[in-house]
Amino acid sequence: MKRLALILSLALAMFAMPALAVQPDEILDDPKLEQRARDISEGLRCLVCRNENIDASNAELARDLRLLVRERLLEGDSNEEVVDFIVARYGEFVLLKPTMTGGNWLLWAAGPLMLLFALGAGAVYLRGRARAQEPAQQDLSEGEQARLREILDE
Amino acid sequence: MITELGHFALILAALVACVQVIVPLIGAHKRWPGWMAVADPAANAQFLLVAFSFAALTYAFVTSDFSVKLVVNNSHTAKPLLYKITGVWGNHEGSMLLWVLILTLFGVSAAWFGGNLPPTLKARVLSVQSAIGVAFYGFILLTSNPFERMAVPPMNGRDLNPLLQDPGLAFHPPFLYLGYVGLSMAFSFAVAALIEGRVDAAWARWVRPWTLAAWMFLTVGIALGSWWAYYELGWGGFWFWDPVENASFMPWLIAAALLHSAVVVEKRESLKSWTILLAILAFGFSLIGTFIVRSGVITSVHAFANDPERGVFILLILAVFMGGALVLYAARAGAMEARGVFSPVSRESALVLNNILLAVSAFVVFVGTIWPLVGELILGRKLSVGAPFFNMAFTPFMVVLGLVLPVGAMLPWKRGKVGRVLRTLRVPLALAVALMALAFAMQTGRSALGPVGVFMGAWLVMGAAVDIWSKTGRGGNRIARLARLPRADWGKAVAHSGLGVTMFAIAGLMAWEQEDIRVAQVGEPFEVAGYTLTLRDVRQVQGPNFRSTMAEVLLSQDGKEISVLHPEKRVYPVQQMPTTEAAIDNGLLRDVYVVIGDSQKNGGWAVRTYFKPLANWIWGGAILMAIGGLLSLSDRRYRVAAGARKAAVQARGVPAE
Repeated sequence: MKRLALILSLALAMFAMPALAVQPDEILDDPKLEQRARDISEGLRCLVCRNENIDASNAELARDLRLLVRERLLEGDSNEEVVDFIVARYGEFVLLKPTMTGGNWLLWAAGPLMLLFALGAGAVYLRGRARAQEPAQQDLSEGEQARLREILDE
Repeated sequence: MITELGHFALILAALVACVQVIVPLIGAHKRWPGWMAVADPAANAQFLLVAFSFAALTYAFVTSDFSVKLVVNNSHTAKPLLYKITGVWGNHEGSMLLWVLILTLFGVSAAWFGGNLPPTLKARVLSVQSAIGVAFYGFILLTSNPFERMAVPPMNGRDLNPLLQDPGLAFHPPFLYLGYVGLSMAFSFAVAALIEGRVDAAWARWVRPWTLAAWMFLTVGIALGSWWAYYELGWGGFWFWDPVENASFMPWLIAAALLHSAVVVEKRESLKSWTILLAILAFGFSLIGTFIVRSGVITSVHAFANDPERGVFILLILAVFMGGALVLYAARAGAMEARGVFSPVSRESALVLNNILLAVSAFVVFVGTIWPLVGELILGRKLSVGAPFFNMAFTPFMVVLGLVLPVGAMLPWKRGKVGRVLRTLRVPLALAVALMALAFAMQTGRSALGPVGVFMGAWLVMGAAVDIWSKTGRGGNRIARLARLPRADWGKAVAHSGLGVTMFAIAGLMAWEQEDIRVAQVGEPFEVAGYTLTLRDVRQVQGPNFRSTMAEVLLSQDGKEISVLHPEKRVYPVQQMPTTEAAIDNGLLRDVYVVIGDSQKNGGWAVRTYFKPLANWIWGGAILMAIGGLLSLSDRRYRVAAGARKAAVQARGVPAE
C-alpha cells in the first residue's frame, strides 16, 4: 500500500510539475523552425508521463526529446525524418497519433465503418416505419379512462 | 466508536439491500401487494443507513481521527476545513462510499416520487436498483473498506494530494457521480420494463426526467473537471482525451442520445427497443468508466487506485449486469412493437440521425480509449492513442451533428420537407455564412478551424432562436406567447444554444490562442497579443500547508492598468509535491493567463503568458446546456405525470395553476 501510494504520488507529480514545459533557453532563433518543432512535439508522447505530449511535459526525458527534435531540425531533417528518427529510437509507443499500419487500420476505420453500418440499419428501420400501417387505435380500458379523466379534470 | 457504527450501518444497508432485491421482485411476479410494498421502507432504510455511514466517515475526517487509515492517508491537521470534508471523496474508498450514497439517494427518490408508477413496475425498478447496490456494497466491504483502523495511530496524516485541494475539483466528483449513478435509474427502469414486457409512452415519460437529471449533473461535472484542468495544470489545456475523461464523456454522449430517443418513445411510440438498449448501454459505460478509473488497466492521470483485485471485482459487476441485462434484452426486445408511422423526412428520422451520430461518436471514443489494450494483448504492439487521434476521428461527427441540428429540430413530426425548414432558417444560415466569411477575412493565414467554429456557433444559436420564435404562431402578442411556451421548448432552445456556444468557443480558442515564453527581468515590460506585462516582484509566501513562490505581474493595455496578477509556484511539504497556480485575468472575450517558472541563472524568471480567446465560453456553453436540461426537467408535463394522483387527493377543486 505504501509502495502504491508512492508510485501514485510520483505519477501524479510528474503530471503536475510546474508546467514550464518548453524552457526559454530551448527556443530556436528561427521562428519557422521553432513552430515546426512545436508541431512535432505535440504528436510525441512523454514516455515517463501519463498521456502527455513532450511539449507540455516538464519531465527531464521530455526536455531531452525536445532538444533532440530541435537538433534534428537544425541538421536539416524534414518533419517526417525527425519523427522516424525518434520512433526508431523509442518505438511506436512514442506516437500519440498511431500509424495506420498493421492491425491499426481497424482503429482508424472503426468509426467510419460503424457509421456506415448504423446508417444502413437506420435506413432499413426508417423504410419499415414509412411502410407500416398505423395500428388500429386500441380502446382505453375502464381504469385507464378513469385515470385520464382524473388527470384532465385537474 | 462512531467509525465502527458507520461500518456497521454499511453492513446493515447491504443486508437491507438484499431483502429489497428479492422480496419486491417476487411480490411483483405473484402480484402480492404486501411484498411489493417492502421496497419503499427498504429504500428509505438503505438511504438513511448509508447517509449515517457517510456522516461517520466525514466526522472522522473533520476531527482528524488518525486511528482511521483512510484519514491518515488523505488528511492532515493543517488542511483547511473545506478540504478535510472534500478529502472524504478524494480517494478510492471514500469516493465509493459517496457512489453508493448517491445510488441509494436515487433509489429512495424513486420511492418518494414514484407514487403514480404502476405498483409492479415500481417494485421491479426498486429491486433492480437495489441489486446494483448489493454489488457495490460487496465491492466496498470486501475490497475497499473505508473504515479500516490503524494498529498504531500516527501523530499526523499524509495530507490530501495537493492537486485535489482546490474548489473546482472538490465538487467535480460529486457532480460526476450524480451523473454516473443517475444513469442507474434509467438502467433500472429499462430492466424493469423488460421484465414487465411493456414499454409505452408513459414509461418514457417516467424514465426521461431521471435521464435528464443524470445528464445535467454529468454535464456540470465534466465542465468542472475541464475548468479545473484549465486553471490548475499550468498551460490552459481544457481537455486531454485522457482515458478517464473519456470514461465520463462516453456516458454523456450516450445519455444525450437516450434523452432524444426517449422523446420519440414518448411522443410517437417508436424506437422503443433502441431506447431500452441505450438505457442499458448508458449505465454500462458508467460502469466501464468506473472500471477504467479504478483498475488502472489503462493508465491515466486520474487512476488513483491501481489495484488489479478491485479491477477484477468491477469487471465482474460489469459482466453480471451488462450480460444479464443484454440477455434479457435479447429475449424480450422483440415484444416491443413500434406503433408510430413516419416518413424518412420527419422529426423522428432526424432524431434517429442524432442517435446514430452520438452513439457512433461514443463508439469512436471507446475504441480509441481501449485500443492501447487491444494493441498490447492482440497485436503485440505497445501503442499510444492520444489527442491527435481523437481530434481527427471524433470532431467530424460533432461538425455534422451541429450542421443538421437546427434543421432536424424544426422538422415536423411524421412528415416534413427539408426545403421548407431551410426557408424558415434562411436568415440564420445567411448570417452564419456571412460571419464565417468575415472571420476568414479578418484572420490571415490561419487554420479554417476558427471560421468554422464561428459558423457553427451562429448557426446553432440563431437556429434555436428561430425555432422557438416560430412556435409563437402568427399575429400580435408573440412576445407574451413566447413567455408562456412550455418550459421544455425553452429547455431545448437553451441547451442547443449552449452546444453552439461551446463549439464556437473550443474552435475559437484552439484557432486564435497565442503563447509567449520568455525570461522576464523584474521591472522590464514585455508585450503579448497587444497587452503589456511587467514582472514587478517575486517573493516567498507561507500558506497554511504549503510554501509558495509568488510573483506580481502588472497587466496593462495602451498604458492603462487592467489588473495585477499573482501567479504562484507552490510546494506542499507533506506530500513533497509542487503545483502551479496560474494567474488568470478573466475577460468577457478573452483570458490572459500567466504562469511563473524557475528563476534563471543569469537573473530573471521564466514566464509563460497565454492569450486565450473565448476561454470562459466553453464552460458557459456547458452551463447553458445544463440550464436547458433543468428547464426541461421543470416542465409541467412531468409534474402533472409525477404528482397527478397526490394533487388530485390534496387539492380537489383547486385549479392546478
